[in-house]
Amino acid sequence: MMESFQAAFIPGVMLGLALLSAAYLYRVLRGPTVFDRVLGLNGISTKVILLLLVIGTANERVEMFVDIALGFALLNLVGSLAIAKYLERQGDAFNAMD
Amino acid sequence: MQWIDVVKEPAAFVLILVGLLFLVVAAIGVLRLPDIYTRSHAVSLADSLGAFFVLTGLALHAGISLVLVKILAVLVLLYLINPAIAHLTVRAAHRSGLKPWSREDA
Repeated sequence: MMESFQAAFIPGVMLGLALLSAAYLYRVLRGPTVFDRVLGLNGISTKVILLLLVIGTANERVEMFVDIALGFALLNLVGSLAIAKYLERQGDAFNAMD
Repeated sequence: MQWIDVVKEPAAFVLILVGLLFLVVAAIGVLRLPDIYTRSHAVSLADSLGAFFVLTGLALHAGISLVLVKILAVLVLLYLINPAIAHLTVRAAHRSGLKPWSREDA
């Protein structure tokens, strides 16, 4: 009983994280403003970082995946920062596109 | 130090489950809240706390090693990045003149 629960736990966590990213993906696709999309992408990157570490734990290779997660977190910071600064400079151009 | 080996795995399970609970709350918030200013709370607050719990559980599972330090580095980085990005996005929305949701819009 305990063994089967442990065997099902990590794939269950992976599936849960994937489904949660789908919720954020809905927000990215639907909008309604461009800021919602940026925020949704930020949420998806958080889920992907967690998913990378969970996959590493499942394969007993965390020491490799944790470096990838670290790099992805930094990439997320730079990308979102650039987009946010760009949108801020655009002013009213992107206001309420619904 | 026998007891810590007994406690470690169940504690990691519980921490990851609690983290997933917070992540589900954040996802519901992102889906259901009415505008960018309210949604940013779900993304920055609930999401960060859920990631905190999941990463703590994974660090506990990893045990004392370099991996533990790196997972904690990811944790600190997420806690710096997530609120900063949410703040920047909301500030950009505010400066471009997006009106906050009010009761009349409902």
